[in-house]
Amino acid sequence: MAPYVEVRDLRVRFTTEDGVVRAVDGVSFAVDRGHTLGIVGESGSGKSVTSLAIMGLHDRRRTNITGQALVGGRDVVALDEEAVRRLRGRDMAMIFQDPLSALHPYYTVGRQIIEAYRIHHPEAGKREARQRALDMLGRVGIPQPARRIDQYPHEFSGGMRQRAMIAMALVNDPDLLIADEPTTALDVTVQAQILDLLAGLQAEFHSAIILITHDLGVVSQVADQVLVMYGGRGVEHGSAARVLREPQHPYTWGLLSSVPTLHGDADADLVPIKGSPPSLINLPSGCAFHPRCRYQLGPASPCVTTVPELEPTRDGGQRVACHLPETQRRSMLEVVR
Amino acid sequence: MVRYVVKRILLGALTLFVISVATFLLFFAVPNNPAEVICGNGKSCSQARIQMLEERFGLNDPIPVQYANYMKGIFVGRDIGAANDPRHCAAPCLGYSFRYDDEVTDIIGQALPVTLSIVIGAITFQVVFGVSIGMISALRRGTVFDRLAVGISLIGASTQVYFLGYILLILFVYETGFLPPPGYTPITENPLAWAGGLLLPWITLGFIFSAVYARLSRAQMIETLSEDFVRTARAKGLPKRQVYTRHALRAAITPIVTIAGLDLGAYLGGTVITETVFGMKGLGLFSIRAVEDLDMPIVMATVLLAALFVVVANLVVDLLYTVIDPRVKLG
Amino acid sequence: MTMPGAEFDALAAGGSGGIAVAPSLPGDPGTTGVPGASAKQIIGRSPGQLAWLRLKRDRTARFSGGLVALFILVAITAPVVEMVYGKGPSDRFPDKISRIDTFPYGYLGGVSGSHWFGVMPGSAQDIFIHVVYGLRTSLSIAFISAVITVAVGIVMGIVAGYVGGKVDGVISWFIDLTLAFPFFVFCLAAVPLVTARFYTPRDEVSPYFRAGLLILIFTAFNWTYTARLVRGQVFSLREREFVEAARAAGGGVGHILFRQLLPNLWAPILVVFSLNVPQFITAEAALSFLNIGMVEPTPDLGRMIFSGAKVIRADPAFAMFPGTVLFLLVLAFNLFGDSVRDALDPKSSR
Repeated sequence: MAPYVEVRDLRVRFTTEDGVVRAVDGVSFAVDRGHTLGIVGESGSGKSVTSLAIMGLHDRRRTNITGQALVGGRDVVALDEEAVRRLRGRDMAMIFQDPLSALHPYYTVGRQIIEAYRIHHPEAGKREARQRALDMLGRVGIPQPARRIDQYPHEFSGGMRQRAMIAMALVNDPDLLIADEPTTALDVTVQAQILDLLAGLQAEFHSAIILITHDLGVVSQVADQVLVMYGGRGVEHGSAARVLREPQHPYTWGLLSSVPTLHGDADADLVPIKGSPPSLINLPSGCAFHPRCRYQLGPASPCVTTVPELEPTRDGGQRVACHLPETQRRSMLEVVR
Repeated sequence: MVRYVVKRILLGALTLFVISVATFLLFFAVPNNPAEVICGNGKSCSQARIQMLEERFGLNDPIPVQYANYMKGIFVGRDIGAANDPRHCAAPCLGYSFRYDDEVTDIIGQALPVTLSIVIGAITFQVVFGVSIGMISALRRGTVFDRLAVGISLIGASTQVYFLGYILLILFVYETGFLPPPGYTPITENPLAWAGGLLLPWITLGFIFSAVYARLSRAQMIETLSEDFVRTARAKGLPKRQVYTRHALRAAITPIVTIAGLDLGAYLGGTVITETVFGMKGLGLFSIRAVEDLDMPIVMATVLLAALFVVVANLVVDLLYTVIDPRVKLG
Repeated sequence: MTMPGAEFDALAAGGSGGIAVAPSLPGDPGTTGVPGASAKQIIGRSPGQLAWLRLKRDRTARFSGGLVALFILVAITAPVVEMVYGKGPSDRFPDKISRIDTFPYGYLGGVSGSHWFGVMPGSAQDIFIHVVYGLRTSLSIAFISAVITVAVGIVMGIVAGYVGGKVDGVISWFIDLTLAFPFFVFCLAAVPLVTARFYTPRDEVSPYFRAGLLILIFTAFNWTYTARLVRGQVFSLREREFVEAARAAGGGVGHILFRQLLPNLWAPILVVFSLNVPQFITAEAALSFLNIGMVEPTPDLGRMIFSGAKVIRADPAFAMFPGTVLFLLVLAFNLFGDSVRDALDPKSSR
């Protein structure tokens, strides 16, 4: 069966008064139903912009989007606005980082969920819609849904608010759920609960999930596949197990060694990646990471002259966009570890 | 909640008290004897007549006593004038006008509907026109419409009421006879004439002060459109119109309601310039004439009334806030 | 421990503004900082310098700023203009008006090479030089009032915001009280009455007295807006880390107020100032229109419009000249103020 989501060479450009911002510069991936893709990267790597492009939420007047983003076989990039709107909330849904600001402060939670339902089920009556909202609130684990449904977002706790947002997103059984940093604003313990909830719901609804995060811990917990983004491009792509245990890209190495682990050596130094993320108006030539890469092959090398493409490794287990020969990378991996 | 309202009412009363004392003192800081003024400035008045006037208006008592009597009059009514032939003035008694020798309450009662008519029409114009322009500008940001709207707003905001008023009078009344001369006809008498006579003041005030609402609602709308919950609304698949009205507009409108309410309160104090330009006998015109005449009771009444409107408007606006925004708790 | 002063300054620099060095990415939620600096150079610029650059680029700002500068120049050099023009505000030209109906000969109220704006009916004075001096009246009263208003507002706002508690409660109540005072009606009452206290009807009132009175009243009624604004800003800044850090490093109250808080307030203060000036110009002209403001013989735009309004059907040009100049004056300040606000906070509207 074809993957539910297929993104091919997606490019998103904004024209600003300082120049053209290449927020996404050629990204490709696919996600099957029932699977979770984790997109990892720093701020400005293009991960959120990608997801907004899939949802068709960019302002068409100011944004130039090329490439393809197929959702259930339909290319969102090519469709007209009204057609995309019909998909939103029904075939694909999105939840955001801060549920307090993402929910309308003046309307009750129930009213917002009911609204999401009725817009795609206009024939449904008020009672039916309300019952559906109650069901969803229960499904996402909110206690006393009958009382909560008429409360305002500010009366919920952070974790419950996120659950309510998830309920709202899933009320129409979408086949794709995009979660943009869903746990970043939450406490660590609540984080785990929300991620469990998402995994459980996925098993139940069999939806594809794209989870955007900068947190590798989150990725390791729920993702089946991982796409590492840098400078608007995908630099590494493969199963979560592979990418996290045998990362192939120097940027991923940097990410992994700059994060403390629960079981690691308490005295081991955290190694931040030197330098800062690239300007998306003035991307470095060749590989976007080369100015910060310790293993860069030199000023005349392909690292500086040619943009690396995502190529499969020899055993086909993952794809990497790096000019370093694979054998060299593997031996470096031993050293880094 | 009740505690909050009570607290506000008490504070408001205190405010009004301070204002009344300040106004009273202002008058008696002046060396002029009001009785001389009543008699007729410059004309020679006999001592006897002046004395009689002083008695008639209770000007013989020491100032604090006069103030106390005045306040008493407002709440329970009082008797003014000579001990043997007092005039009774029922509550709320605002005294007798020095110049017109009429109960101030009656005079104000005639002037109030005029000002009220001007203000209600003007505010409606301003808010409806201004907010519409502002909202549409926000949605069509950067286009010709937007730039034109912003430009016209600024021009409106920079125009003086008396300048625009006279220009409109010349253009539409004097030279062309297009519109009837502005004047007040009670709405109960003839609604059409009422509106027709008030049209020019409404347009003048409406155009000039709509600028504030246009700019405010434009800025609010632009900011609200970038809020997360608007993005969520779009992500749910809501059609644009519902996103704009149900989500964005609803959130953007709050400060506009506040300002409109406060404006209403401020205006009701008397649109002095408008009434002067268009010759309408409202509170403003009476207050300015009263100052010229040193007619203390009328001045006092108009000042207090204006302050009362502001205090009440403030309270109403704050209460309205809790209705609009469920996050707001008072106190 | 190094010198305390140096530490504080570094903290202040770190906590100032919030305007990023490079433009923010549209459509990228959750991006607080911006990756990398803008194209050509990576120069650290203070928010003030950034705002100035933006202002210079803005066409409307250049145009309205030029107009504002022109008006200010004319106002300041009024006596020079009088010398060059050859006529003063008290000069009369009875030969230019008809003896029968006192209206000026010629078109547009007597506009000619020697009387650029024509001649007043009745008093036969030159309108142009009156407008020039009227500009001086308007601008001096407006500017002085604005400066004092903002100064008082800053002090009260800082005290209320920083000290908080009962002091804040009292100041806030006082602010509410002032706001409840019906400005216009009170002005109507106060100005003539206070003037009468010091001058009998026969004396000629000193223009400085009248001007001073107006400035006093304007300040009394308007410091509250600045105070409220500053108070609000102080509240939010008070809890910010750099203030806590300064306190932790031992900074005293005065230091915190003046070296930490005040530098962060300059932008909203500038905005308030730019809003106040045209408002005061308008208010002064309006009061003069009602004969409560500047009286004879001080030239005044508002009072000229009033005089012109009385004869508007027979000689519309008389009111048009001061009216149009006043309009352009306020418009120029409004436009420029708008541009300044945009330059300080580009997210606001454009």
